[in-house]
Formats: sequence, C-alpha cells, structure tokens
Amino acid sequence: MSNKVYSIKIGGMAGQGIKSAGLNFAKVAARSGYNIYNYIEYPSLIRGGHNVMQTTFSLDEVHSQIQSVDFLIALNQETINLHKDELVSGAGIIFEDEGKIDATACKDKCRLFAVPLKKLATEAGGQEIVSNNVALGASISLMGGDIKYLFDLIDEDFSFKPEIAEINKKAAQSGYEYAQTNFPNKFDSLLTPQKNANKKIVVNGTDGVAFGAIAAGLQYTAIYPMSPTSNILTILAANQREYGYIYKQAEDEIAAINMSLGASFAGARAMTTTSGGGFCLMTEGFGLAGQTETPIVIVEGMRGGPGTGLPTWSEQGDLRMVLHAHQGEFPRIVVAAGDAEEAFHQIMLAFNLAEKYQTPVVLLVDKNILDDEQTFPKFDYSSYQINRGKMVREKDPEYHRYVVTDDGISPRTIPGVGNHLVANSDEHNSYGYSSETISDRNEQVQKRLRKLETCAKEDMGKPILFGPENAEITIVSWGSCKGPILEAMKDYPFVNYLHINWINPFPADAIKAILSRSTYLLDIECNSTAQMAGLIREKTGIDILDRFLKNDGRPFFPEEIKDKINSIIKTR
Amino acid sequence: MITAAELATPNFPNWCPGCGNFGIWAAFKNAAVTSDWDNTNTAFVAGIGCHGHMVNFVKLTSFEGLHGRPIPVATGIKMANHRLNVFVFTGDGDCLGEGGNHFINAARRNHNITVLLHNNNIYGLTTGQTSPTTRKDFPTKSTPDGNPDEPFKVLNLAIAAGATFAARVYANDIAGLSAMIIKANEHQGFSVVEMLQPCITFNKECSPTFFTDNTYKLPDSYDPTNIAAALEKTLEFGEKQIPVGLFYKVDKPTAESEFPQIDAKPLVDNQVEKRDVSELLQTLY
Repeated sequence: MSNKVYSIKIGGMAGQGIKSAGLNFAKVAARSGYNIYNYIEYPSLIRGGHNVMQTTFSLDEVHSQIQSVDFLIALNQETINLHKDELVSGAGIIFEDEGKIDATACKDKCRLFAVPLKKLATEAGGQEIVSNNVALGASISLMGGDIKYLFDLIDEDFSFKPEIAEINKKAAQSGYEYAQTNFPNKFDSLLTPQKNANKKIVVNGTDGVAFGAIAAGLQYTAIYPMSPTSNILTILAANQREYGYIYKQAEDEIAAINMSLGASFAGARAMTTTSGGGFCLMTEGFGLAGQTETPIVIVEGMRGGPGTGLPTWSEQGDLRMVLHAHQGEFPRIVVAAGDAEEAFHQIMLAFNLAEKYQTPVVLLVDKNILDDEQTFPKFDYSSYQINRGKMVREKDPEYHRYVVTDDGISPRTIPGVGNHLVANSDEHNSYGYSSETISDRNEQVQKRLRKLETCAKEDMGKPILFGPENAEITIVSWGSCKGPILEAMKDYPFVNYLHINWINPFPADAIKAILSRSTYLLDIECNSTAQMAGLIREKTGIDILDRFLKNDGRPFFPEEIKDKINSIIKTR
Repeated sequence: MITAAELATPNFPNWCPGCGNFGIWAAFKNAAVTSDWDNTNTAFVAGIGCHGHMVNFVKLTSFEGLHGRPIPVATGIKMANHRLNVFVFTGDGDCLGEGGNHFINAARRNHNITVLLHNNNIYGLTTGQTSPTTRKDFPTKSTPDGNPDEPFKVLNLAIAAGATFAARVYANDIAGLSAMIIKANEHQGFSVVEMLQPCITFNKECSPTFFTDNTYKLPDSYDPTNIAAALEKTLEFGEKQIPVGLFYKVDKPTAESEFPQIDAKPLVDNQVEKRDVSELLQTLY
C-alpha cells in the first residue's frame, strides 16, 4: 500500500513572505522524515500580485506538484478565491479571523480555522509579515507536527539577527498554541515526525547548477541577470571569495559570453548562464566558441517565449533554438536535466565535455527545475573526476593550435606558457592564421565536426527508462515533465517513461530500440510544436503521433497525465 | 630579448599600400621589442575590420573574435591571468558602432587593458560606408548625400565613460605611437589610444597630409590630470587644430584589483580541482 501524497498551499501577496514560509514548511516536513516537492507560482513583480507556494509531501517519493490541495494557508482573499476549487473535501484552511478574509464559500466542504494572524504577529513584537510564521505554527499544530523543527529553521534563517529570530519564533509559538487551544484534534496528523528517517536535502535546480559548477572547479563566470536564472548568479557571487573563482556581472549577454570565452582562452574553467532571450544575444558568441574551439558551458534556463514572453513561467520552447542557433555548422553538445539532482550532475559533466571537446556545451533546464525544491539524498559526486582534455603546458616550438587529428581534438595551450597561439574566428589553417584555401577549409570544418563523432563514441549518455522494460504505453519526454510523469506512473504499472537528457549528439539508436518495442507512444512536452518529438522523428524515423502538449507556462500536473493515460486505455 | 624577426609570421599584410595599419603594425612591433613582450607575457585580441587581420602578422598570442566584441574577450583574459599584458586592436566601427556598449562599460570598470583604436573615420573592410566617427556631411557609400549624423568625439566619450588613460597619436608617427603604446600599457587601468589612421582607398579626405598638416602636439604645459580641461580639449577638432598626445591620466583601482581571490596569484595559476561543497549542501537540510 503506497503512502498518500498530501499538499499544502500558501498564498498571499508578493512581499508577504510566501516563498520563505513555503520553504520552511517543506524543510519542517523533510526534517520530520517526509519527501517533498515545492512548487512556486509568482508573477514578474517584486511586490503585489499573487504568489503561491505549494508543498507536496509524502512518506513515499514525491516528484512533482499536484492539483489537489489538502491544506490552505490564505494570507489574502485572493488565495481563497483562486484556489477554492482545488481543495479536497475536508481540507483545512487557515485564514485571518479579523473579517478581512471571507472563507464562507468553503465552509461546507472544508474545515475552517480562523486565526488572528495579524494580532498574534503584533503581540509577538513583529510586523504583519511575521503572520506567515503564526500561520505555519498553527498549521504544524493542526497536522500533528513538531514545532521544534520550525524554531530551528528560524534560528538558522536569522542567525545574524537573533532578535528577529526571537520575534519570529514567538509568533510561530503563539500560532501553534492558538491552534492547540482552539482546535485540538480538529485535523489529521499528516506531519507526524518519523523516527530514524533518512534526512534529505531540500534542493532546487538553481542550487544544483550553482553548487555543481563550484564542485566541478569553476574558475570564471560572467553572467547578466535574467529570470529564471538570476538566482544562480546570486549564489555564485556570494561564494566566490570562499571558493576562489571569479564572478563578474557583464553589461549584457553578448559581453557575458565573450568575457567567459576570454577567460577560457586564458586557461580558466568558464561558464555563463542565461534564459532564452539572453541566449539569443549569446548566439553570436556560441558559434565563436565553436569556431575558435574555446571551451564554454552555457546554462540555458527556459521560460515562456518569445519576446519577453512569460518571464516567471516555464516552457520547453528553446530546444530547437539551441540545436540550430548561429550561422554555419559547428559541433555543439547539448545536455538537459529533469530535476535538481540531474542538473547538479549534468553541469559537472558539462565542464568536462566542454574542455575535452573544446566546444560549447549547453545545459538546458527550465524554470520549474530552477525554482522548485525537491528532497534528494545528499548529492554524491565522489566518482567525479576533472577532465581538462588535451593540454600542452610546456613550451613546444612545434606547437600549432589547430593541428588536424583523428578524433578532431587539437591540444590546447594557454597564453603565458610561451607557445604562439592564435584563436581565430576567421577560417584558419592549422596554425590559426586566416586561410580561405579549399584544403584548409575542408580540413578544419571536418576536424571540428569529428569531435561530435568522438563524443558520441566516448561520452554520450543513454536515455533513462523508468518503469518496466516492456510496457503497453511508453511516455517520452524531457526536462521538468519528468516529475509529473513519474508521479502519475505510480498508478500505472504497465506504463514506462523514456527520459531524454542527451540531446546532441543524440542517442538515436538507444532511443529507437526502446521506442520500437512499445505498443503505444505518447510524447509529453511543455511547448506547442512537440520539438522533442520532431527531433526523435528526424533522428530515428519514428513519428510519435500522440502528442500531449501544454505551453501556458504552467507545468503538467500528474492528474492531467493520468486522465490522458485513462483516455488512451479507453480508446484502445 | 625578443627581436623583430621573432615577431614575424609567414604572412605579409594584405592592407592597401599606404594604409595607416602599416604604421600601427610597425609601432606595435617596435613597442614589443623595446618592452620585451613575447608569448610568455602578452596576449592581444582583435575585432573585425581591416585591423582584425593583425593576428596574422604579429607572432604574439592572439584571439581574433567577432565584430565589436574584442573588449569583453580581453577583459576575460586579463581577469583570468592578470600577469599578461593585454591589448585590444579595434576600429571605429568595431569599437564604437557594434561594440559601443562594451567600450563604455569596460572603461567604467577600469579593466587593466590597453585599447588601440584604429580610427580611419570610415568602414574600410566593407568598402566605404559611414562610421560612428565619420564627420557630418561627408559623403560615403551609405550616405551619398552626405553623412546626416554627428560623429563621436572618441576621447571625450572614453574619458566620460571612465577611461583612466586617454591619448591620441597619428598612426604614421611610428616612434610617437610606439612610445604611447608602451606608456598606455604601463598605466594600470583602462587605456585608450586613438590612432588617427588614413584610409587611402575609401576616405580621401583623411589623407596622410590631412593629418600631418592639421595635428599638433599637446604642449608640455598641458596638464593631463585635470579631467575638466581634458574633456574640453577633446572637443577641439579643426583646421590645424587636432591635438595629439596624452589627454588624460588618473590612477584608480583596476577591475582586477577588486577581487581578493587573485591578489596572490593569477586565477589560471590555480589547478582546476574538484571542490568539496559539503558545506553548501549542508545548508539545504
């Protein structure tokens, strides 16, 4: 018997501490021995607008957000109005009791817990924003959780401001006591602390990318801020002195990639990060890296496009862009990640690939992966080894930069060693001097492109198959769709999932083999043109006819995928 | 010591005979020989334009990047290895048209690099269109009825943006240019040397005689530390009224000096090693 997945939703205005409250609830659950997934929705605003954070939690693995809500904390009226239809029968609602919030619309279906949030916050000595901790304290009480975990988290959050920590703890305590006194045994013990549970980290893709880059020996990164990747630079900027790398804010994305390429040319392990719009500006430098054979890792965190699009929502619309951006032909390696843990390992791999193949490597992630926290066992990268590729570190009078080799990889050297080195964006001969002869052109183009063949042989990963080897229905997808698909599959033992996280070179044979033995194929993507299905058709000849697509910025919910599977079963 | 012969490559310049780039080429090589710039201590970056071919004609470590983008590449190199002398060869179109944003922002941040700006007041490589420094009313292929736009005043822009060393030299004054390049490199900060360059093919007006007739050396009494006077001086341009020399110089912290992580040694002198991030992961519980 599997354990149920519950969800709690906290809603309010931007600026009411929704995100921190949601994260702390998730960490209370994680420390109590539960698995969690945190899903956040917010508009492209700093204050005002509607912010929602949902924590799904269970004793089983939790992979994604779900549609239904078991417990709602409403810090404003909008939270009730917008989310009342998501509430399950018997759901709990905590809301302000001073008449500011009207929950009567839910009174027949739900259990209402009016709490004087603002009053208790003020009595604790805090501003209205502290109401979030009053509500958390009351929620933990109602769900039979241990308030100590919340106190610990508040102490950690405000370790440099103990007086603020005290106010917040007092507020949480008063919410907890208020619920103990006024609503004893009125809700279900969803958060009972588990003994001897293996504690897990609560991590999002932003942490995964940033920590992975630091672990992989990042030395230089220039980044221009852009949602949803800006928090990566926040982490990198804050930790640079401690770990000895350099983060420099660039004046634009064009500069960001060119600065990073300069540092890489000089011998530093370099990367840059951006979203689709910034990648458009980097397109020029992307090909420059390919032509000059300068290693670079580019993290592309997708959001809804085109133009400014949906800055704070997710999409998987940039697959074809990164595969084809820039004029002409050059080897590009493209990998993707489906969650924070994959992002951590893929970024570390990306650095090795970039330096081994001396070419740009793109890590494709999306907004949901970057923003949403999930529990994982502490990342284990003990088997990771730095590979900087072929590098000449001594003076060699015979050195020439673009010497033609069988594997396509010419040894690098770095400025200052004493070797004459020309990196040239013009077509060039093996020394790097500009050349337009037919033989140099052909030799250099073929040499560069051979690197991708070598990569396919030596490094290309296989797609990951979840579920049974043979299944009646095979779902194919990538990126953050992984979560809701795995969540939905819990109910369908005859469904498997092919998760693609190597995009170029493309593991066509492995994918073809798996797809060929399934009786029904379903492509799921957060875009409107089924870009991955198109790529699969191009590379394998297999046309996946059933395409379940969504590009409204919202992620798939497992409930939607279950409905889809049910409808397939019904019609077959 | 490096010799002129050691700086030679198998390639001979493909610039038009009489091009100002020959003077710049000679001056840079002279400066390299004088200052012992070689492949152990020097790198340069070129943009795209006639100047960009420099990578083929000087046997020093170099990166020929994209049109407008040499400055960001150079700042990355300098940040990764601040022991290197880092030069940028760029043109009026490369630096001020396509790459204007990089120019002003790198100046503002005071990266310790030297920008050698080939200013021939025309797009030469694309055969004669107006550039950001072409004078108003000058007819070009793209402005047959005369350039409708005012030109940038290069050094005025550089100083206003934050350059801490700003000079102008006539490209064919090889000795003077050589000395100024050395001085610009010695300066700790963002150095701009505007090199007045004849394009004998596409800009008949800015001919060698135009420059020799109309330039004059800033007098010894000129004070290059006064920013207001320097900005005013940069506005001067006319018949017999083109000043050359060091307009402005000030000492300010460089971009590189703001990073304590490279106080002790250049970034690239550190071995790339797998780092232990347990402490960071620990914050996620």
